[in-house]
Amino acid sequence: MTAAPLLQVEGLTTLFRTGRGEVAAVEDVSFALAAGEVLGIVGESGSGKSVTALSVMGLLPEPPARIGAGRIRFEGRDLLAMPARERRALRGAAMGMVFQEPMTSLNPVFTVGDQIVETIRTHDRLPLSAARDRAVATLARVGIPSPARRMQDYPHQLSGGMRQRVMIAIALACAPRLLLADEPTTALDVTIQAQLLDLMRDLQTERGMGIVLITHNMGVIAEFADRVLVMYAGRVAEEAPVEALFDAPRHPYTVGLIGATPTLEGTGGALVTIPGTLPRLGDGLPGCGFAPRCLRATAACRAAPPPMVEVAPGHRVACLHWDRPTPGEARAPRVPA
Amino acid sequence: MTALLALEAVEKHFPVVEGVLRPRVVGHVRAVDGVSLALNPGETLGLVGESGCGKSTVGRLALRLLAPTGGRVVLDGTDLAALAPAELRRLRQRMQIVFQDPMAALNPRMTVEEIILEPLHVQGRRDRQALRDRAAELMERVGLSPEHLRRHPHEFSGGQRQRIGIARALAPGPRLIVCDEAVSALDVSVQAQIVNLLAELQREFGLAYLFIGHDLAVVKHVSDRIAVMYLGQIVEIATKAELFARTLHPYTRALVAAIPVAHPRLRRPRARLTGDVPSAMAPPPGCRFHPRCPHAEARCSAEAPALRPVLPGHAVACHFAERFLPSPPRPNP
Ligand SMILES: Nc1ncnc2c1ncn2[C@@H]1O[C@H](COP(=O)(O)OP(=O)(O)OP(=O)(O)O)[C@@H](O)[C@H]1O
Ligand SMILES: Nc1ncnc2c1ncn2[C@@H]1O[C@H](COP(=O)(O)OP(=O)(O)OP(=O)(O)O)[C@@H](O)[C@H]1O
Ligand code: SF4
Ligand code: SF4
Ligand SMILES: [Mg+2]
Ligand SMILES: [Mg+2]
Repeated sequence: MTAAPLLQVEGLTTLFRTGRGEVAAVEDVSFALAAGEVLGIVGESGSGKSVTALSVMGLLPEPPARIGAGRIRFEGRDLLAMPARERRALRGAAMGMVFQEPMTSLNPVFTVGDQIVETIRTHDRLPLSAARDRAVATLARVGIPSPARRMQDYPHQLSGGMRQRVMIAIALACAPRLLLADEPTTALDVTIQAQLLDLMRDLQTERGMGIVLITHNMGVIAEFADRVLVMYAGRVAEEAPVEALFDAPRHPYTVGLIGATPTLEGTGGALVTIPGTLPRLGDGLPGCGFAPRCLRATAACRAAPPPMVEVAPGHRVACLHWDRPTPGEARAPRVPA
Repeated sequence: MTALLALEAVEKHFPVVEGVLRPRVVGHVRAVDGVSLALNPGETLGLVGESGCGKSTVGRLALRLLAPTGGRVVLDGTDLAALAPAELRRLRQRMQIVFQDPMAALNPRMTVEEIILEPLHVQGRRDRQALRDRAAELMERVGLSPEHLRRHPHEFSGGQRQRIGIARALAPGPRLIVCDEAVSALDVSVQAQIVNLLAELQREFGLAYLFIGHDLAVVKHVSDRIAVMYLGQIVEIATKAELFARTLHPYTRALVAAIPVAHPRLRRPRARLTGDVPSAMAPPPGCRFHPRCPHAEARCSAEAPALRPVLPGHAVACHFAERFLPSPPRPNP
């Protein structure tokens, strides 16, 4: 890649002030996204996916949150060094976000139409009628039937799938070049999830948007991502092109995630499991955060966080023993070439 | 084999009431509308379908946590409606339930020991030491330390709370457990542990499960047979192998097509269902799926298809189910 990436995050560390002092929810996270690319961020609950996205958008309440280290560049411009007003102008216009909880991010006392029109008018100085026309067109584009009539509905009058479409419409109303989608389909039925993923795929092809798609579902990653970032306990465990990740996962956590996910192609029998449970924030292990659950773990793993190594072009792993699978550990399932 | 549990043309219509001063019934939500199914001892029957199609209501009807507005629920040959309350309580010990959100289902003020033993107190067992031993044994069986019996639910992770919920369900020695989205809220690594635990317990105690879920891949993994629901009715039911070898109902086909792929190389363009699930207050006439069905014809909006056997062990509620049979292999020339 020669052109500057659309989004570049380097060494991002986000801290929260808590009763037990300041703890890192996200630590030393780096990734880049090109225009027209879909980066999937996958990881289990509490791994820092949402905090990463909210840090990029600048939407975390400070305090308790604080960016402790790192740089975030959007189209080459340093977001953290930028005046708040400029950053606000980018947000919602050049950078859109679909939030994990549609019910809390839509305002219950305003109609759907008011909320989209307001977003549009905040960023583009359009006359009201033009903004309304664009809002109706955007609702139509995300597959809402009778969009002009739906403009008058309040959020509670919509089904879960409709609400999520409205969220996508709001994020897209100003034609952003970057879309951060945080679990946009998690609460929805698979049939609606499939419709929405198709929709995002179409919009992305149409507009050449870069998308960061956050999910805990390996199937959604397999279906949708070009490149994948696997997060565990606030850090990047592995980053790879999507096919490489499924063909040759190197981090034992990634291997476990793929093996633990039941698939339609699966043959039954016991599922591969990862022993133990996820750590809690601030459990503060000096070494690799995955060590308590890892069958490969050695004393060296517990001493210091493992460095990120590039094991193939574009394939990075934070594991000391990435090339040493252990008996009893999950193995990547075989899939037709 | 006689069924452990049979639902016979069961209906549950919830009245919809409007008006505060003079409330009146303005209609009914037909949450469950003529469901028949049988569950054999030791088997897992999966129940899948979109949100609001009536899965949880079927589960509650099966346990008689809800009374049906039509049809019968028969446990071990006994019609539950015909029982006196004391007898019903006794029979209910054979059926337990595990919910999606263990935190909401567990009383936060009780200790784990009290939670696990609660179903036994209802049963009227009072021998202190025996009960305590039983609780410790159950804790160990679900993979928790008996030393934690004095703790409260908030001190446990989501997966551990679900283990507590399972220990509680096991306490009275049931023959049937309804798992209502029991693993849906868990992270995959933890979900896999619980799925495996449920399978082990089934083998050990000969349990039957009614496994309710919306993730067809998970339901496929755990089930022997699968029933697919749409708007209060069963549209297809078959053994697992049969259902996936010959998926016959257009709705089931759409559901299968919507499951994300297991590997990026398996991506392919697929036909998608359009629209949302219609309201259960005014279900479409004829086949309830017809407004979204790509194969609908005039007959579909006029006449409701009955759930009928199309192949051995495989019943489908579609007028044209035979059209979706894979064509038989051609004889060699
Ligand atoms: N406002 C906050 N104050 C304190 N801690 C927070 C706050 N927001 C998030 N955290 C913590 O940061 C960590 C990462 O949270 P984050 O929401 O990014 O996880 P996630 O990967 O998005 O998880 P999920 O899949 O559940 O959405 C968690 O341990 C969470 O408890
Ligand atoms: N107590 C009740 N009173 C009125 N309507 C109800 C009641 N319980 C359920 N319903 C309605 O019955 C229908 C079926 O609900 P049910 O909870 O059984 O669906 P479900 O398939 O379990 O959905 P989900 O996947 O969202 O859990 C829904 O339309 C629901 O709103
Ligand atoms: S660094 Fe060590 S503990 Fe961490 S994942 Fe690799 S082998 Fe396991
Ligand atoms: S009966 Fe008609 S509408 Fe219903 S599933 Fe079959 S083809 Fe589709
Ligand atoms: Mg999140
Ligand atoms: Mg339910």
